[in-house]
Amino acid sequence: MSDETPSSSMNISRRSLLAGAASIPLLAAFNSVASAQGLPTAVVNTTGLAVTDTTVKVGILHSVTGTMAISETGSVQAEKLAIEQINATGGILGRKIEVIQEDGGSDWPTFAEKAKKLLVEDKVASVFGCWTSASRKAVLPVFEQYNGMLYYPTFYEGLEESPNVIYTGQEATQQILAGIDWVVKEKGAKSFYLLGSDYIWPRTSNKIARKHIEKKGLEVVGEEYYPLGHTQFNSVINKIKLKKPDVIYAIIVGGSNVAFYKQLKAAGIDMTKEKPLLLTISVTEDEILGIGGENMVGAYASMKYFQSLPNDNNKAFVAAFKKMWGDNIVIGDVTQAAYLGPWLWKAAVEKAGSFDIDKVRTASPGIELTTAPEGYVKIHENHHLWSKTRIGHARADGQYDLVYETKDLMEPNPFPEGYQ
Amino acid sequence: MIGDYTYSEFFSILAMQGFAGLILFSVFVLMALGLAIIFGQMGVINMAHGEFMILGAYVTYLCSTLVTTYLPAFFPYYFFLAMALAFVASFSLGVLVEWVLIRHLYRRPLDTLLATWGLSLVLQQFYRSVFGAREVGVTLPDWMMGSVSVSETIEVPLNGLFVMALTMIIALGVYFIMYRSSWGKRVRAVVQNRVMAGAVGINTKMVDRMTFGLGCGIAGIAGSAFTMIGSTGPTAGQLYIVDTFLVVVFGGAGSLIGTIASAFTISQAQSTMEFFLSGSMAKVLTLLTVVGILMLRPQGLFSLNIRR
Repeated sequence: MSDETPSSSMNISRRSLLAGAASIPLLAAFNSVASAQGLPTAVVNTTGLAVTDTTVKVGILHSVTGTMAISETGSVQAEKLAIEQINATGGILGRKIEVIQEDGGSDWPTFAEKAKKLLVEDKVASVFGCWTSASRKAVLPVFEQYNGMLYYPTFYEGLEESPNVIYTGQEATQQILAGIDWVVKEKGAKSFYLLGSDYIWPRTSNKIARKHIEKKGLEVVGEEYYPLGHTQFNSVINKIKLKKPDVIYAIIVGGSNVAFYKQLKAAGIDMTKEKPLLLTISVTEDEILGIGGENMVGAYASMKYFQSLPNDNNKAFVAAFKKMWGDNIVIGDVTQAAYLGPWLWKAAVEKAGSFDIDKVRTASPGIELTTAPEGYVKIHENHHLWSKTRIGHARADGQYDLVYETKDLMEPNPFPEGYQ
Repeated sequence: MIGDYTYSEFFSILAMQGFAGLILFSVFVLMALGLAIIFGQMGVINMAHGEFMILGAYVTYLCSTLVTTYLPAFFPYYFFLAMALAFVASFSLGVLVEWVLIRHLYRRPLDTLLATWGLSLVLQQFYRSVFGAREVGVTLPDWMMGSVSVSETIEVPLNGLFVMALTMIIALGVYFIMYRSSWGKRVRAVVQNRVMAGAVGINTKMVDRMTFGLGCGIAGIAGSAFTMIGSTGPTAGQLYIVDTFLVVVFGGAGSLIGTIASAFTISQAQSTMEFFLSGSMAKVLTLLTVVGILMLRPQGLFSLNIRR
């Protein structure tokens, strides 16, 4: 299923710039003339990518059908918004971005197949996509073999560093350490109950959390995993009640989330009383839609972005997002990270003065983005982002209040020594 | 002291775990009853059972949204209306599906498996197109959330009590329909000998259609009730289908008592093991035990001796 949307993207940018509609063709023409003179295609594209004098093709590769569509839809929307905005301001090196969207269908082999199609047949200059670690692992060999560039938006377990991937979400230590430090310092937490869905991300993350907690001389009173899609949490809730930890550290994903928080509330654990306090790294505003704000109120989340962040970049981003995709939409951490992808790519291409993958890769480390909704970010040598970690306090309306952010940017460290 | 616990703690663990097991038992029975009726009485393997449940959940969601908008005063009680509507919706869809799809496949059990699996995919995409790929949140009246404190350490969740009561009512209802009504007599007659039942004047086609509808309708009620404890999304039905088949097959197809006994065994085993082991290990051990028992006794715990 291929969905080429150059014409629709033109329409939306026209619509959003009603007043200046007449000037856009002029501007675009001016830009392309300028680029054709200053930066001819033969110069900016020496490896046969799909770049012409006026356009450059990129791929979006997410699941829009199947079980992961719930999570990945927001990323697609964010990437399209970023590309829209880049096109409305003249594109990249004077070239408009054309999107070729492929559907991974929540199926990992399909992701690999579609990635190959995008790189080999369509010769796209970069790909924004993947969500689960499983899909990323499936496409990784393809990107490395055909030398493509992938911008991957999800917070994930780390333990990976590919020359062909830029990781725009946080890796595990960035997300976890600051959160635990905060809860120990501000809330005086002494004992933790670690809980997760049973697959690589929660297990690796809890391993890091446990090491960090034990290094501080504090106690982990329980650690447990439940199969993906598990819907009965009464037993573990009983165990939690009995062990009386100060903090429940929950990394539950998908439909299980809804079951867990509803049953936690029904079992009489009122999270607003913070006895125990609940800290999660897996529930963004997107997930709260399904859980229901009234079942989540009082919980804390540790990640890098919340829709309610009060800075000006974010206000503009939220407004633009709602204008394009509807007022009822919510924006979670991963959606914001997906939005960074096209902008980081643009900055790298402009710094390199070329669309060539190798030159973009060399140019990437050190790229800064001051316009990011989360604030300032910068690409590290290891292809992850320097970013701040923040703690949010869940409100009944499904949004988070920002209660803490790290003073400095957290350094990404995908292979943390002493934590594995 | 037992392990890390004091005696009073240990006692409250036993009480609360026992109760957790009972809730799980009710959930299993509620999930499995509809499937047991269809599988046991008609021999149709309904892979779309989970999607019929989710239809009930979506009806509940629609009800909660509509009631909040138009009749806020009625909100505390809307759940009962929602369950009734969920039954009606799933029943009607079940009757329709039987008429369009299932009745052509009665002598081909493996084809019903394939056809209903296809149906489940169609329904999932339908939910996704209508309600969106994201999960929807069903708002519940306050009186249904929270818990009753029996003692300082023992707390009983209200929604668990609600599910238990509901399961009891539905199980009794099914019992009366199947074993105490003339319609139930006809159903059982058709199961035991279709040709003979037809010969004595029973409209076997109508019996089939209503039985299938009833099974689906009960799935709808179950789905509606599960909005209290689980998620409502296009693919949420898949979360229940494995456990449901497990309970029905383990109990022995064709025996409602077997279904209940099997739900009890599996739920108690699982909740006990979940307490002493981790969640995933408990699941693995439960499944292994069931596989072992089914190898020794392929017909399940209980089975009817009927001439096919």
